[in-house]
Amino acid sequence: MNTIYILWLRQIKRYLRSKPRMIGSLVQPILFLLSLGYGFGSVFQRAGEGSYINFLAPGIIGMSIIFTSVFSGMEIIWDRQFGFLKETLVAPVSRFNIMIGRTIGGATVATIQGFLVFIISMIAGFHPYNIWAIIPVILVMFLVALLFTALGTMIASFLNDMQGFQLIVNFLIMPLFFLSGALFPLEGLPQALSFVARLDPLSYGIDAFRVLLIGLGHYGLITDLIVLSIVTLAFLSLGSYFFRRIQV
Amino acid sequence: MIEVSNLVKKFGDFTAVDNISFKVSAGEIFAFLGPNGAGKSTTIKMLTTLLQPTSGQILVNGHDPVHQPNIVRHSFGIVFQDPSLDDELTAWENMEFHGVLYGVPKKLRHQRAEQLMKLVELWDRKKSLVKEFSGGMKRRLEIARGLLHHPKIIFLDEPTLGLDPQTRNYMWTYLKELNKAEGTTIFFTTHYMEEAERIAQRIAIIDHGKIIASGTAAELIAQTKTNSLEDAFLNLTGRSIREEAAAPVDRMRMMRRGFTKR
Ligand SMILES: Nc1ncnc2c1ncn2[C@@H]1O[C@H](COP(=O)(O)OP(=O)(O)OP(=O)(O)O)[C@@H](O)[C@H]1O
Ligand SMILES: [Mg+2]
Repeated sequence: MNTIYILWLRQIKRYLRSKPRMIGSLVQPILFLLSLGYGFGSVFQRAGEGSYINFLAPGIIGMSIIFTSVFSGMEIIWDRQFGFLKETLVAPVSRFNIMIGRTIGGATVATIQGFLVFIISMIAGFHPYNIWAIIPVILVMFLVALLFTALGTMIASFLNDMQGFQLIVNFLIMPLFFLSGALFPLEGLPQALSFVARLDPLSYGIDAFRVLLIGLGHYGLITDLIVLSIVTLAFLSLGSYFFRRIQV
Repeated sequence: MIEVSNLVKKFGDFTAVDNISFKVSAGEIFAFLGPNGAGKSTTIKMLTTLLQPTSGQILVNGHDPVHQPNIVRHSFGIVFQDPSLDDELTAWENMEFHGVLYGVPKKLRHQRAEQLMKLVELWDRKKSLVKEFSGGMKRRLEIARGLLHHPKIIFLDEPTLGLDPQTRNYMWTYLKELNKAEGTTIFFTTHYMEEAERIAQRIAIIDHGKIIASGTAAELIAQTKTNSLEDAFLNLTGRSIREEAAAPVDRMRMMRRGFTKR
């Protein structure tokens, strides 16, 4: 328990100490929120879909979470390059606990980031229909963050250095984000797109945010939570399996 | 305490460790010497569960690092050749992290951390981030950290690289006391022959992945009919420089060390 705590604490301290990183990763969501939110606002309204900012904000929260958590998971690559990973790997702590401690730490960081984006979107004009919904939303944020931090860990155990990083961003995170329904409603999509969105775990996370924050959902909260939990468990097991095989 | 037989490690078709066998008994101070790229660090990585051997058997404290890594990890401490600190944490936090991972009780952990950080003269810098440290200060912190939990075996891979003579002295005095008081087995590598001669009770010399000689310093000197360990070493391993053998990564690390040194 203590070991999981200290690994968690390390992630949090590193996050709080790197202000540039914290601010840097808020810029992208703000840009999306303002340019798309206001840019498409009137078109969206004319189509009879209501306020686009309200629709978009949960998607942007999802975006900040997926980026932050996959990167947190992938921090293992830095630890390997700077040598710190060795220190953790020779310690008499089970690989599973190391992986869990790191993952919970990374997920906490991503949840904080998601919460900050929530606040910012409120300032930008987002009106959740019930402000108290933020409490269950934080729990779902954490679940989504766990899922994607575990994914990041999994990817990191395959990569030896940061060379593959761009590849991962362009071929994995970007598609996961754009196809998740973060930017557009999942209703009435072409069949292919609707099918792909169904395979994207982020779709369910963002859907759950929408249900809780603006009372609109596509899959339904129960489905969302079941899918998210199953995928999270699967990624955690896979992540710890691959983490166990890391050699330095 | 350490038993190695017919150990082999290949990277692709390059054989880094070529069928070596040796034993280190409990409470012994053992030096593992060899030119750059001889296979010292690779051997230590296999002993300490970080690398899987290609073939051969290893027993560390009676257990096999391949099949029972967790039991083996309980029995040793290690100071790595290359950097292994978290630069974004303070010196104290690095010590804490280590102590908690090794399950050292809080009171003992704090008491020893203070003692060790005073020993390496970093106590007044305990709240500084490691990234603000000089190369030698980082090295000192790594050594203090490696000694925080008192393991049965300590591996030190070129621990004195980049250290000033004062710290080197303190470190060896502390280690010898630990060796006497708790019977700690010490396994170290170094390129300073006079250090090996002075500290080690037994020495093995490895070259091109093979152990080419072993014994006490006196035995090695007698065997080669020379008058210092340095001459005996040169006599056994030849005078050619081995840097070409080192991988680009290794060379980069050496350069990095060079830049960060005071
Ligand atoms: N991960 C790796 N992949 C490929 N080759 C490697 C790897 N690690 C080590 N080697 C090679 O194995 C050989 C032994 O390296 P090792 O680090 O064990 O040498 P060493 O005896 O510790 O040398 P030094 O005194 O320079 O530290 C070298 O030729 C090195 O290039
Ligand atoms: Mg070495």
